[in-house]
Amino acid sequence: MFSPEIEKKIDATIAKYPHKRSALLPLIHIAQNEQGYITEEAIAYIGEKLDLVPVEVYEVATFYSMYFLEPIGKYNLQVCRTISCMLCGAYDILEHLQGKLGIKNGQVTSDGRFRLTEVECLGSCSTAPAMQINFDYHENLTPEKVDQILAKLP
Amino acid sequence: MAELKILTARFDTPNPTDIDTYLKDGGYQALGKALKMTQDDIINEVKKSALRGRGGAGFSAGVKWSFVPRQLNKPKYLVCNADESEPGTCKDRPLMELDPHQLIEGMAIGSYALGANLSFIYIRGEYWYIIDILEKAIEQARNRGYLGKNILGSGFDHDIIVHPGAGAYICGEETALLNSLEGKRGHPRIKPPFPAVVGLYGCPTVVNNVETLAAVPHIINKGGDWYRSLGTEKSGGSKMFSLSGHVNKPGNYEVPMGYPLMDMINVEGGGMRGGKKLKAVIVGGSSVPIINAEAAAKCNMDYESCQSVGTMLGSGGVIVMDETVDIFETTFNLIRFYNHESCGWCTPCREGTDWLLKIFKKIKAGMGEPSDIDLILKLCVNIEGRSHCPLGEAAVWPITSAIKHFPEDFKKHLRKSLPVLTMAK
Repeated sequence: MFSPEIEKKIDATIAKYPHKRSALLPLIHIAQNEQGYITEEAIAYIGEKLDLVPVEVYEVATFYSMYFLEPIGKYNLQVCRTISCMLCGAYDILEHLQGKLGIKNGQVTSDGRFRLTEVECLGSCSTAPAMQINFDYHENLTPEKVDQILAKLP
Repeated sequence: MAELKILTARFDTPNPTDIDTYLKDGGYQALGKALKMTQDDIINEVKKSALRGRGGAGFSAGVKWSFVPRQLNKPKYLVCNADESEPGTCKDRPLMELDPHQLIEGMAIGSYALGANLSFIYIRGEYWYIIDILEKAIEQARNRGYLGKNILGSGFDHDIIVHPGAGAYICGEETALLNSLEGKRGHPRIKPPFPAVVGLYGCPTVVNNVETLAAVPHIINKGGDWYRSLGTEKSGGSKMFSLSGHVNKPGNYEVPMGYPLMDMINVEGGGMRGGKKLKAVIVGGSSVPIINAEAAAKCNMDYESCQSVGTMLGSGGVIVMDETVDIFETTFNLIRFYNHESCGWCTPCREGTDWLLKIFKKIKAGMGEPSDIDLILKLCVNIEGRSHCPLGEAAVWPITSAIKHFPEDFKKHLRKSLPVLTMAK
């Protein structure tokens, strides 16, 4: 179900570990990065690769906040809301994004371009407030800076 | 400036992640030295250094290593806890981002001391870009013979796997981390047995924080006594602190253990932002009790001093709050965090944090009654010491300390009298 290159990456990942079930989190990451979210087909496929029944993959996929079981749009705007960011204006950033995009926490814009996700501490406490767009960190945010960042996205 | 750059010494050198610059600065000499020492000598040197776990628990690293039954005929594992998720803490990030070889060398020495041929870096999934940095550094170390088979001709084999987490605060708890590393949900395990005896795949395992392991090469190079002498009698060495909140210069600062908190705020941090007055500080990441300005003035950054003012050094995430802050609001923020991050395994934590959040929401909506504060405190008593892992305590301490030190901030949100609810009967 994946390209030969990704299949190779999956097999190499499994081979790294002394027990193959340890490859479960990395494999879900690979599948999600390829398909944008975790599909049912991917769950079954990963299960087969690791000798797990689909529900064993599913119970892990639903535990971790970085895994999504439905499409999340092109850009997942993950705004840190925890204390250090809060003290430095994270709630203003959230309000600004809600107004600008017309969506609330967990929603995707109708064109599928943006998802707004409130997340807990991103480890950017000394460069607060911060957000992650997909995997990229953006720090020391202001509402103006957020506008500039979004405008530059391809 | 009392900054003491041991672990952070190479952060400003050009190209610090490259193995050649690391070797030029004396890198991997500690590994060469360690491989000529006995395993017990290494462990004793680390014990002597008074290096204590930098992730938050503050347990002696050398003693932890000594718990591993090396004679047991099973593989042993070293796991580096790089799941840095404690609110207010962002110090492991630059340690991996700017000096990955220092960590790799520390892990190689630790693995040799424990008899582990394979070790893991469990890194939070959000730090995705750092995985590439680590893997590149590991590849370089492998190519130069500092990882792989027969390291430096010693007969010792060792390799490192970088393993991404996927967003779960609980995986910073060592047994939850091990379950996650085994491809399971991040539920903590019952202790005992401790991981040193029954850990990853049922084998003896040591889990150490990034900063703990990064200190090891320096201890081997210059000796445990030297390292200990940098700090206080019981808290050896230097420590990294992540300064955040209402200071002029937030950032990661490495200072000797025992450094005065107010100096960190006023010197390293450049003073309070906008010249405002200090109201409160959380000194060790969000899980430790909050202290007021008066206690902060007496607090030095070591394990014993923090304890003496009613808090803990924790992970070293120093969160500074000025006079404009409503402590009810920051506490609300934290109970929402712990409720979100409770793994759901045990009832006191899962249901308790849920109830606490409900009551905080009620108070925030202006419907709080004076008895709600008592209810909050009663719930806290029923969570503390009764949860499966320390997340229960972590959720409770910020609340009980906030109510104790800043009761006015809670009272002002409460209704003076109960509204008369007319319910049709």
